[in-house]
Amino acid sequence: MSKRVYVGIDIGSSRTKVAVVDAERQILGHAVRKSGTDFSATAAACLDDSLAMAGAARDEIANAVSTGYGRANVAFVARENKTEIGCLANWGRHCFPEAITIIDIGGQDNKIVKLDASGRRTGFKMNRKCAAGTGAFLEEMSLRLDIPLEAMNDLARQSLEMVKLGSYCTVFSATEVLENIRHGKKVTDIVKGIFYSVVKRVLEMDSPTERVVMTGGVVAHNPYIVEMTGEMIGRTVLVPEHPQIAGALGAAYYALEEKGESDG
Amino acid sequence: MAEEKKTARKKIQAGDLMNRIMADYFYGLNEAATTGKRKVAWCTSVGPAELLRTMGFAVHFPENHGAMLGATRMSTDLIPEANAIGYSPDICSYLTADIGSYIKGITPLSKAYKGIESVPKPDVLVYNTNQCRDVQDWFAWYSRKLGVPSIGVTSPKNVNDVTDAHIDDVARQIEALVPALEEISGSKLDMERLRETVSLSRECTELWKKVLETATAAPAPLTFFDGTIHMGPAVVLRGTPEAIDYYKVLLAELEQRIRDGVGAVDEEEARIYWEGMPVWGRLRQHSELFATLKANVIASTYCSSWIFPAFDGRDPFRSMAKAYLELFIVRSDAYKERYIREMLAKFRIDGIIYHDAKTCPYNSNSRYGMPQRLEAATGIPGLVISGDLNDLRCVSDEQTKTNVEAFIEQIAEGR
Repeated sequence: MSKRVYVGIDIGSSRTKVAVVDAERQILGHAVRKSGTDFSATAAACLDDSLAMAGAARDEIANAVSTGYGRANVAFVARENKTEIGCLANWGRHCFPEAITIIDIGGQDNKIVKLDASGRRTGFKMNRKCAAGTGAFLEEMSLRLDIPLEAMNDLARQSLEMVKLGSYCTVFSATEVLENIRHGKKVTDIVKGIFYSVVKRVLEMDSPTERVVMTGGVVAHNPYIVEMTGEMIGRTVLVPEHPQIAGALGAAYYALEEKGESDG
Repeated sequence: MAEEKKTARKKIQAGDLMNRIMADYFYGLNEAATTGKRKVAWCTSVGPAELLRTMGFAVHFPENHGAMLGATRMSTDLIPEANAIGYSPDICSYLTADIGSYIKGITPLSKAYKGIESVPKPDVLVYNTNQCRDVQDWFAWYSRKLGVPSIGVTSPKNVNDVTDAHIDDVARQIEALVPALEEISGSKLDMERLRETVSLSRECTELWKKVLETATAAPAPLTFFDGTIHMGPAVVLRGTPEAIDYYKVLLAELEQRIRDGVGAVDEEEARIYWEGMPVWGRLRQHSELFATLKANVIASTYCSSWIFPAFDGRDPFRSMAKAYLELFIVRSDAYKERYIREMLAKFRIDGIIYHDAKTCPYNSNSRYGMPQRLEAATGIPGLVISGDLNDLRCVSDEQTKTNVEAFIEQIAEGR
């Protein structure tokens, strides 16, 4: 008997994420790739990666839902699409049986989604038309400092004295970074200040509820940012096993729920 | 949600009549300016237009021209012209687009109306700062450039209750304009005519109110996006019989839609309130976005701002003052919140969208905690979208789309 799998495809501005689950919402496969310029081709490749991991074939896909900026570009597999905010909420309500605030930091934007104890979405915020507090800001800073993006997390941990960056603006922040280099500040302290700036910008968007969950690619690759957020809000922040694919999982859950409804 | 399905709002048949009325208005203005048969006054949108019309001026409204620059998407190329001469990209983009259009010598009027080459040259500029301080600065630029006088009313702001003291102040300021206007027009003010004009304005705005209130029906027969177009006569022709005649026709059509059970949007599910300015260059896209989501933006502060119940022909100066002061934009946040709560109840609203317009702080009411207070008080969710009335450099279409779609999803899930 063939498998029936449910697929969520999250085509973000920076990365494409695919999650494959079974009817019990168990993760069977997942994959992440750079979105690039051909969203459909990237999604197809990412889908094949995750299906291979799941040991499933395309004709075993019972249903698929897409999300993210490129959500309309994958009609070849997903007839339905949902916003990434809706998918994050759908993921959150299945994973956390309590009121939560999801903070998602992605490549191009960040989002705050609030759910009440019944899992109902009570509100959401997206960053304004600005890179502050996003992965794009970190990428720009890594270029300015000429250090690889993936090295920033460990550098920040080594900091003993953080350099604070005051500006909202990515360009102004870059100028501040250069100024600090000129004044002989340590790169580790500057990098910590860069992370601090990201978290500050995100926390300024809304007041988080008691229980905070962080997701997104920036969170997945920079666990230090979670610790820093926890210190800043004064409580432990939860992080799922696969923070980068939370939106894709929410989409896969939608695929399961919609198929379940139509089957029923 | 099926993105490919495009649902346009239903065409309002009276629109053809409105287009003819508006064409007559612009040709009349052009004739006044080019032949010198009538003096031309420029007036801010809720300035003393009744007085100017009574005194025989042909009245041009630069804010209307600003909206045309936005709706035709000419504005974003023109704004930098004004930025380059020192008018910041952070100030009113009606102002910067309009001044930019003057500098470049182009206007949407000449594209829409054959034979019109430019906006009508003014003989006097008359402002009321009830809208904002920018209108005074806007007219000051033209005053220097064209060598014509700029006179007006400096309005109180953040008014909670409109008191006699406020009305006395503004009424005196309006009356004080008369000698200068008499000198420019060459004729004495006829008080009987002023009473008539104010009465006509009252009648016009009452009809406009009835037009907007047809949207209390479910499904609503018109959208906010229709309203932004069909408010044209209420803005530029209030105080004239033409505006009244037009709104009688429009109202009849909308009432027929209600009797027929016809909504402006097919299968209306979510009823939305729009707080703030329209994004003029995105009217069609926004209209289609909401319609595709089976959501209708049915009511707004913006379109309702041309309802003036205070106009009273028996007491023209004081009632004009009261009307100009009772305007939403003049009022305190406490008043604004009461007003919006009443609108939410009257129109049975499911969600509010606040447009935070980068260059228009006066029409962006999301900056002092109002969305949070209103949501806590009413339980009706709110969404703030970043954008601008005219400067499309401040608009992110993808962000707007994602935000609006997520908001409509949230409303649907909450049912």
